[in-house]
Amino acid sequence: MAHIPVEGAFEAEAGAHVADQVGFVRRYIFSTDHKVIGIQYILTGLFMAVVGTLLAVLIRLQLGWPAHQWTLVGKLLPAGMAGGIMTPEFYLALVTMHGTIMVFFFISYVLVSGFGNYLIPLQVGARDMAYPFLNMLSYWVALLSALVMLASFFVTGGAAAAGWTSYPPLSAVPSAVPGSGWGQTLWILSMALFIASFTMSSLNFVATIFSLRARGMSMMRMSLTVWSFFISAILGLLAFPPLTAAAVMLLFDRHFGTSFFLPSGLVVANQLLPHQGGSPLLWQLLFWFLGHPEVYVLILPALGIACDILPAFTRKPVFGYRIQVYCLIAVGVLSMVVWGHHMFVSGMSPFSGEYFTLATLLITIPMTIFGVNMMGSLWGGKLRLTTAMLFTLGVIAFFGTGGFGGLFLGNATADMQLHDTYFVVGHFHFMIGGVTLLATFAALYFWFPKMFGRSMNESWGKVHFWLTFIPFFTVFFMQHFLGLQGMPRRYYAFTSYEFLQRTMGQNVVISVAALTLMGAQLIFLANFCWSLARGRRAEANPWRATTLEWTVDSPPPHGNFGHALPVVHRWPYEYSVEGFDADYTPQTVSPREVPVTA
Amino acid sequence: MAQAAEQMLDRWSGGVCPFEAGWRKVMMWAFIITDGLLFAGLLGSYGYARIMSARWPDQAAVFDLRLIALMTFILISSSATMANAVGAARDEGARRSVSLRWLLLTILGGAAFLGMQAYEWTHLIGAGARLDGNPWGDPLFASYFFILTGFHGTHVLIGVIVLTALAIRWQKRLASREGVELAGLYWHFVDLVWVFIFTLFYLV
Repeated sequence: MAHIPVEGAFEAEAGAHVADQVGFVRRYIFSTDHKVIGIQYILTGLFMAVVGTLLAVLIRLQLGWPAHQWTLVGKLLPAGMAGGIMTPEFYLALVTMHGTIMVFFFISYVLVSGFGNYLIPLQVGARDMAYPFLNMLSYWVALLSALVMLASFFVTGGAAAAGWTSYPPLSAVPSAVPGSGWGQTLWILSMALFIASFTMSSLNFVATIFSLRARGMSMMRMSLTVWSFFISAILGLLAFPPLTAAAVMLLFDRHFGTSFFLPSGLVVANQLLPHQGGSPLLWQLLFWFLGHPEVYVLILPALGIACDILPAFTRKPVFGYRIQVYCLIAVGVLSMVVWGHHMFVSGMSPFSGEYFTLATLLITIPMTIFGVNMMGSLWGGKLRLTTAMLFTLGVIAFFGTGGFGGLFLGNATADMQLHDTYFVVGHFHFMIGGVTLLATFAALYFWFPKMFGRSMNESWGKVHFWLTFIPFFTVFFMQHFLGLQGMPRRYYAFTSYEFLQRTMGQNVVISVAALTLMGAQLIFLANFCWSLARGRRAEANPWRATTLEWTVDSPPPHGNFGHALPVVHRWPYEYSVEGFDADYTPQTVSPREVPVTA
Repeated sequence: MAQAAEQMLDRWSGGVCPFEAGWRKVMMWAFIITDGLLFAGLLGSYGYARIMSARWPDQAAVFDLRLIALMTFILISSSATMANAVGAARDEGARRSVSLRWLLLTILGGAAFLGMQAYEWTHLIGAGARLDGNPWGDPLFASYFFILTGFHGTHVLIGVIVLTALAIRWQKRLASREGVELAGLYWHFVDLVWVFIFTLFYLV
């Protein structure tokens, strides 16, 4: 007899049926197992990262050597680079698609959906997500969304070219640029699918973390990774719907003659458009109401993961766990009320500018505390510089460096000068480009043994780290200075401006560093594939870490925890308890054996 | 007092859902919040456009407010019947047919609302309202009318379909009591959205 489950709400055996799935297709392709779905997200995201990187290669070729004729590339891309010379329209499509793919289809898929799906049930002690079928659906919609986005390269006019922010009128008037034809329509459809998929997975994250925690896993015993996924999922649920509304309205403007974002008297290609009454600023408001929380949706999991990798290689608890949780919550709240700082030059009232400056600079308080606590976590630790640890240290370095740039951009007075220059490009590549990229690599090296039962090669991992960290820092640190010299972003032929010609040398250095960075990723891909097949077999807990996923086999079985769910007795950072030989205590060890310190 | 606090802490310490509900209800609430923000986005945009507009039409001259008031009354009544359906479903002593009867009444209310909305759309389109213009003033007036009521109407339509499926499954003893409750949450949410649209678009 069905009943409203009150006490029985906790479905301990939910997901136990997963173990019964036998067929290959149900187990590895249309699987409802969160681990398989997580890995599917990660592989899809890595593939999209390769695409996004190739786009960046083309961008850097153009900026480093604007007049050079790339005959071979011209043969590969006859439409955009006929005869080896890039067309301006193709350049615009490149920057648009590079941004879109990296933000939504690489970082979101790998770091948030991929690791979120893989880690949340394992770390809270559940057999699966709350609603495994919805989870599977979310992945397949995500894949469809990625395919639609890729398909937009092949339609007439090419891919969308209005920037990843898709500001109207450029994005709303099909005759404005070639990329504003079917490319832009597919961009909107793909984003709608992406939002649907992201909503489904966020609903699962929230419901799982609320309802399926194992016995003893109170909120304040959750790892910072789970906390960060939790806050990030809530932010996603709150921030994405207004973009859905905006996307629908944009689609109507493009195809059904409405004027939501189009003002009166707009002339495009010498033709007066019939639209009247709308405002392009409305799109900016709606877009950034999503856009700003979205960067925290991406960066919070990066920071949470960094905080969880640190203790395994310092052999001491993370510094200020409670404060870190409060900081994550504070940043989550503040991130919802600062979207206007992307619009300082839009003619905003100085009073609003003052408010958005103040609110933005408030974010630096919890974020600085968070960063300093990460450094505090290193203090007095016995550091083991594994690849995962190196990447985590890189996260701290990028977070600090990029964060300083944010102080300038968050301030309306300084932003007036720096808006839409390479200062902004440098800043956000450090933050949602760099912090998240390094955290993704850290997470991949750290959890690879758990996912695949084999370890990645450490020596090549370290080579990969240095060849990623140094060129990345070079590229985007230098771009800050390009911005200070006034170089605007998204310019195809900046050399046409006399005052920018002296930046040519710097642009060559940046291009060389960027190509080195991209080349170095081949080492990672080779290492990843080689380790999948030939890597050293990993034991259950190779890093001697404390969270629940390390108490089960590598890779964990379907249903994760065998017959009985784990019972949690302590927080996830029980390292080096005084008077005990083992320098780490898994969360499941009872207090009778080792005292609980927090 | 201390005991109550302890019990509350216990509920958060893992092994049970902290709210007196299963994950389904948690998920439904989260979905309602996110879906609510979709309408917030649309209504916010509408407010922005309306404040900017110099020639927003007088709604009383365009709409037959008696019809709209009747639609609103029917939809709100359907919320009441839905609440009765949920109440009867939760009551273990009640016969299943009691809840079924309330469910059917709710479906009827939803269908009546949709029919009246279809009538209103036909009427306005006949009078010259289009997505890109209308005879009464600012073209955005009709654009926002169609997009707001269209989005809401789609929600009602989905609600009617879900309720119909639920009624069949309830009759066949396939639907759980919690299932009725979840559908009820969604239905109340859709009605609440209409109250906002009614107030902000038709009345103010």
